[in-house]
Amino acid sequence: MTGQYIIRRLLIMIPVLMGVSLIIFTMVRVIPGDPGIIMAGPHATKDQVDQIRAQLGLDRHPVAQYMIFVGNLFRADLGTSTRTGLPVTQEIMARFPNTLLLALASILIATALGVLTGIIAGVKQNSKFDYLSMLIALFGLSMPVFWLGLMLMLFFSIKLEWLPAVGADSFWHLILPAITLGANSTAIIARMTRSSMLEVIRLDYIRTAKAKGLTEKLVISRHALKNALIPVVTVIGLQTGTLLGGAVLTEIVFAWPGIGRLLVEAILARDYPVVQGVVMVVATMFILVNLIVDILYSYLDPRIRYQ
Amino acid sequence: MEEIVKKEEPRELSQLREVFRRLSKRITALIGLIIVIIFLVSAILAPLLSPHDPIEHSLVHKLANPSWDYPLGRDELGRCILSRIIYGARISLLIGVMVISIGVLVGVPLGVISAYYGGKVDFIVQRFVDTMLAFPGILLALTLIAMLGVGLANVMIAVGVSTIPIYARLARSSVLAIKARQFVEASKSIGASNSRIILRHLIPNSLSPIIVQSTLHMATAILWAAGLGFLGLGVNPPTPEWGAMLNGGRLYIRVASHVATFPGLMIFITVLGFNLLGDGLRDALDPRLKT
Repeated sequence: MTGQYIIRRLLIMIPVLMGVSLIIFTMVRVIPGDPGIIMAGPHATKDQVDQIRAQLGLDRHPVAQYMIFVGNLFRADLGTSTRTGLPVTQEIMARFPNTLLLALASILIATALGVLTGIIAGVKQNSKFDYLSMLIALFGLSMPVFWLGLMLMLFFSIKLEWLPAVGADSFWHLILPAITLGANSTAIIARMTRSSMLEVIRLDYIRTAKAKGLTEKLVISRHALKNALIPVVTVIGLQTGTLLGGAVLTEIVFAWPGIGRLLVEAILARDYPVVQGVVMVVATMFILVNLIVDILYSYLDPRIRYQ
Repeated sequence: MEEIVKKEEPRELSQLREVFRRLSKRITALIGLIIVIIFLVSAILAPLLSPHDPIEHSLVHKLANPSWDYPLGRDELGRCILSRIIYGARISLLIGVMVISIGVLVGVPLGVISAYYGGKVDFIVQRFVDTMLAFPGILLALTLIAMLGVGLANVMIAVGVSTIPIYARLARSSVLAIKARQFVEASKSIGASNSRIILRHLIPNSLSPIIVQSTLHMATAILWAAGLGFLGLGVNPPTPEWGAMLNGGRLYIRVASHVATFPGLMIFITVLGFNLLGDGLRDALDPRLKT
């Protein structure tokens, strides 16, 4: 049954990936002007433009052009940056590990803090802790990432001089960007854990566990938590994917050399091959993360598989 | 038929009153409502409320600290930050309204049609929605900006389009639940046309989650648009937009932190207001969802 479920999920992935590649393929072609000149950049010679035109197959039928595009994708050939002249794959690979590191650090902070807060708030519903933590969570949801980043930088780097403000040279450089990027996810995870906890502790089997005289601590840790955390796993997975895309603003604030910053630089410089490449990589990663989450979910909650 | 319509009206009115009564019981929702009202009033009455011209600059006074005349200080070109924030509310309001209009007007019909007709139509619409949702967070908006070019109108289109799949999903799931109800069956069996069922029954009955989502989306729209402004992809200077103001002040954070602090604080408070109101509305409109 699980095997079938995974195959079904994999099959659904195909049209989505095709859709994403189609959007990215169309991107350069709907901008007014000659895609060859756009892709080659403003300073290209006629030879370079011709070369790109041939590479894109611009004289051929759009369907054939799309085939060439997908073929290139399979060979991990994302073209050449018009700004630096380097292969886009190389540009992305140089920056991607930094974004991954930042996203993982953020999700670690968000999970630890979010789940813990959510559990306590749920168990102690309507307590002062519950109200206060949920209010702070709402603050976290409403905080512009870039402003939070600047305020943390102002306080911890400029006023207190505890942590470095910009760059990515050491472990200490990671702390402020990771907190900044993780704030929003912490709030989402805390809210989700709390509501899931509230739902579960109202169920019959929890009442049974309490009735047979188990301590509250044992009921929560041995019985409630297991089921309450199932939906939380999904949210954590989705947040990991979102963080990869959401790193853009944080990376700009802290001059963190990741693919988010690469994307913004490319958009401003109209470096379309790099824009295409980054978007394709992030979207594919996000789809993969979703897939893994779904599979994990079906393991944790067998009911899903039988739907 | 006439009679039924007449009877329905007072019920809808009393429903509205009931929603407001429940809303006003929650202090957080009320705070949200007050913030939203202040935001709307500043946007509408900006010329009356702002103490100075938001564009007039004075380089001798650049980065001046807050004072009686300039309560929030002056920015990197010596412009009044308070006036720029008040005028900035207009831009944010405009962005929010346009974004939600695009999302609702395209997304809701898409979701309703997908759910109502099912089968192939549903499959195709859902794969389209899946594709759009494959761009995490702000990425779809960024991709669209890369296509359309920078500028305020393009920011609104980009953020608006990226909310379409969310409304489509929401409308679909509401309609799927309502479609199975008896009154829809009854309507079908007395020969009502598809468009009549959709317009008279399905859409009105799926409105409350959409209203809640729209309020919460005002928050997201403002946040994202400010983010794009912060990245330098939004309005052209000297238009006062909160994200762009923050970006301008960012470079002076060491010497004049107030320039970046106040616009960000404004974004935060406004977004918080819409989130509080949205949460409150959700509880008031649909007590079942209350946690």
